[in-house]
Amino acid sequence: MGARIERQKNILDYTLAALLRRKRKNAVLVLVYTLIVFLLASVVFFSRSLQREAADLLQGAPEMIVQRQVAGRHELIPLAYLEKIKKIRGVQAARGRLWGYYYDPVVGANYTLLVPESREVAPGTMAVGEGLARLRLSAVGDDIEFRTHDGSLKELKIARIFPAELGLVSSDLVLVAEEDFRGLFGMPRELVTDLAVQVRNPKELPTIAYKIAEALPDTRQILREEILRTYDAVFNWRGGILIAILSGSVLAFILLAWDKASGMSMEERREIGVLKAIGWETADVIQMKCWEGLAISLTAFLPGVLLAYAHVALTSAGLFEPVLKGWAVLYPHFSIKPYLDVSQVAALFFLAVVPYTVATIIPSWRAAIVDPDAVMR
Amino acid sequence: MIRIVEVKKVFNAGKPNEFAAIQGISLNLEDQKATVLKGPSGSGKTTLLSLIGCMARPTGGRIWLQEREITSLPERFLTEIRRKTFGFVFQQPNLIKGLTALENALLPAYPLGEPYGDIKKRGLRLFDLLDIGPKAQSKVEWLSGGEAQRVTIARALINDPAIIIADEPTAHLDTTRSREFMDILGRLKGEGKTLILSSHDPLVFESPVVDRVIQVRDGRIESETE
Repeated sequence: MGARIERQKNILDYTLAALLRRKRKNAVLVLVYTLIVFLLASVVFFSRSLQREAADLLQGAPEMIVQRQVAGRHELIPLAYLEKIKKIRGVQAARGRLWGYYYDPVVGANYTLLVPESREVAPGTMAVGEGLARLRLSAVGDDIEFRTHDGSLKELKIARIFPAELGLVSSDLVLVAEEDFRGLFGMPRELVTDLAVQVRNPKELPTIAYKIAEALPDTRQILREEILRTYDAVFNWRGGILIAILSGSVLAFILLAWDKASGMSMEERREIGVLKAIGWETADVIQMKCWEGLAISLTAFLPGVLLAYAHVALTSAGLFEPVLKGWAVLYPHFSIKPYLDVSQVAALFFLAVVPYTVATIIPSWRAAIVDPDAVMR
Repeated sequence: MIRIVEVKKVFNAGKPNEFAAIQGISLNLEDQKATVLKGPSGSGKTTLLSLIGCMARPTGGRIWLQEREITSLPERFLTEIRRKTFGFVFQQPNLIKGLTALENALLPAYPLGEPYGDIKKRGLRLFDLLDIGPKAQSKVEWLSGGEAQRVTIARALINDPAIIIADEPTAHLDTTRSREFMDILGRLKGEGKTLILSSHDPLVFESPVVDRVIQVRDGRIESETE
């Protein structure tokens, strides 16, 4: 056992000494390799982080939302529908929600207006997101004017500003009292935006949704799981688009790496011949090449992944933000918590390290099976 | 003792460029003696050396190393014998560029699994014996022809083999360096090593170190002197 380890150590020692002989060439290769790993890992980490962020957010969302539809469009829903829903077995609670969008022509941004369930906001006041306060240069105590549905102006006082850490959720958010909301949009008292339904047993959700659809044929039921799946699809799609854009450079690198790994120079062939002649076995030569491939690809993989993690954690993937996060006037300023997923790192490892290492072995095996006496002739 | 019986070696067998390099040679080589295979270029000296040194297999005939018949052994065993029993000094130094002289000399010992510290100590001792101690850390491309030749001798000796095979070892050395090389071989023979050389250099086959000269021509033994 000890001899085997010593043997591997000696072969590794030779490999590293051999690699250091071509410092510049190998350094350039490692640099490009690192850059590719960095780009791919950044995309993977960032999309994953956004997915997780969205999933975390939705944990607090209702299990099911019921919306009324007219001609395939979302319509306000009568509160009377609540009674029919509450009668369905398995429904624990149901309530109406009031929310909507307001376009502020002063800054050209859309706000999300919402009446909180707790009704914590006093009439005439509001709680606003950090992004909105930033955009309107406003502080607590300032008034902001809103144009109501009939053209009149309504002033609301800022009672609270949400901290920036909640940016993704609250950047464009305005929490208002019910009467202010209804007054602003001219919404009748018997109507709400949609209904939030809570059930006793989540396994019954599809059945309850089916029953609601039966009882209220003009409604649609949106399950939280479906929203999660949509988010996943959207971020996977965005990540995929970015990878497709990067695929040109990835392909160029694969060609470069393949050429470097598989194309063996006369000098390298001669060296293998010498090693064989002085007593190295074919297996020793292959192990040496294996170490070489591992040394290069790991040297590129580790910093590539670490840089990508830092890129996502420290700069919120500044390079890809516009593509992956979308765009808005009132853009949330928020930092992303990077999630390190072992299976993703493993997938990146297998994509980045294994092919290169394997590519180095085949040509060296071909060179190593020549008769050792070739050196003497 | 190495026993060679009716050994033949044919290259490119069955092709239009078929060439019989060795055409049935039988020979006994005694231990701790210096034997020189002498003959013109293309006479088959190098091929015979590579067959004896387990670098290639004969097309016909048998070779025994002590009591072991080696011609039918699989490659793994041949490699094992090659690295433990034989030390090679090639016509060209065949050193690996970019590495130091010492690293080159240690290469045959790497796959044996000895601790690096032990191999290095042995290598440095050999460098001192061969008067190239100060050159141990020099890159091989900075060495003179004679120094490179000594590095190859150190490399041949690193695994303490019983037999040294040298193919035209003085081909690229001047007279002084060639004499020095033969002196080193004399010392090695004194230590009990068996030497098998190929050369057409009189400095080699007329050297007092040499016990036996075998004249080879056209893949056959032409004559022999002791």
